[in-house]
Amino acid sequence: MESAVIPGPNRYAPPEQLRYAAVLAACVRAGFLLLVVSFALYVLGVPPPLVPMDQLPQYWGLPVDQFVKATNTPTGWAWLATIRNSDMLNLVGIAVLSGASVVSSLAVLPIFARRGELVLFAIALLQLIVLVVSASNVLVAR
Amino acid sequence: MILAGSPAFAAGTAVGTVPWWAWLVLLFVVCFALGIVAVPAGVGGGVLFVPIVGGFFPFHLDFVRGAGLMVALGSALAASPSLLRLGLANLRLALPLSLLVASSQIAGAMVGLALPAPLVQTSLGLIILGIVVLMWSAKKSELPAVGESDPLAVALRLNGIFHDTARGQDIEWKVHRTPLALVTFVFIGLLAGMFGLGAGWANVPTLNLLMGTPLKVSAGTSSLILSMTPSAAWVYINQGAMLPIIVVPSVIGMMLGAMIGVRLLRVVKASAIRRLVVAVLLIAGLRALMKGIGL
Repeated sequence: MESAVIPGPNRYAPPEQLRYAAVLAACVRAGFLLLVVSFALYVLGVPPPLVPMDQLPQYWGLPVDQFVKATNTPTGWAWLATIRNSDMLNLVGIAVLSGASVVSSLAVLPIFARRGELVLFAIALLQLIVLVVSASNVLVAR
Repeated sequence: MILAGSPAFAAGTAVGTVPWWAWLVLLFVVCFALGIVAVPAGVGGGVLFVPIVGGFFPFHLDFVRGAGLMVALGSALAASPSLLRLGLANLRLALPLSLLVASSQIAGAMVGLALPAPLVQTSLGLIILGIVVLMWSAKKSELPAVGESDPLAVALRLNGIFHDTARGQDIEWKVHRTPLALVTFVFIGLLAGMFGLGAGWANVPTLNLLMGTPLKVSAGTSSLILSMTPSAAWVYINQGAMLPIIVVPSVIGMMLGAMIGVRLLRVVKASAIRRLVVAVLLIAGLRALMKGIGL
């Protein structure tokens, strides 16, 4: 006979894990929704993209630095100023998904602090700093 | 019909012999198929996506690696909340590991974007062939025996409990060899960032065989680590290497395919799918290697 035990959140996951999961789930739902809606607009050409779709094959085989120069694609956070273009609008969903773990980590910091778990608090804080640095475009590859 | 009326589709310009929109449809179909086999084969999407799309599609490897990171991230993000709630992913275990992975991923991504494409393509081919050997030969341990936890694991309280439905019982677990695992995760992060591969193929054996984490918790925590380490993806976004026309159909196709894959897992032998994936990876690895050396 199969076990009647159904794994429930309160039994197997500590509170910080449950909070992390709840915040992450909300961010992921928002990110995917944004991604699907913005891509639908992009395909429909509403509003017009920065680089027309039918011209992309001329550029998508180029290395990224040449692509950026040839298409005037913004780098760093400059894309935020161009989200009136449907292709750049897609980056909002991509950024929300990429930033989901930052928001979730922020949400569990107070729990670690309240419990006096300073090592885990420090690790989570360092993790946040690393992610914010990587997102900030302070580090440039070329 | 709606699409046909849009200005982009109406233009219908073809470069070479294949119209641009056909590449999009093909990309979606391929990612859907990859999503179906990835789940039963126990690999993330990124490791299949980069060599196959990089080898057989006209996109530059910079954009393929950027999309590969988003494919891996998207799948991991979708799975992580449930895994956390069920105790199949462990936040305490994932935090120190993901800190190291996130840091080394940045270095890997910067190196990967700065190196010439043929060198990256050749290295990618070699790495994929290495993964083929790893997948073919690596053993798995459902519930590894861990004698005593190391002092670091004790200090960080790297242990937990989960309910194993197949056994119908609660399983308590702990880990060992934490310092060695931390060093291993630095290298995993470097490779993941450099090649846009995701890292499930390396995370799971390290957590399971090296640290002694139960296989189910290893797979779940591997997914959580992937979701917590988008640092390489940010480097690609900032460089302009995240092309929505490649990223979005890939992420959506892979996720829809993964939903079918989960159902497939119940009716087909996972080992058969795994052999198929190893064969596909072998072809993709050889293709990347040949492309890299100009053959």
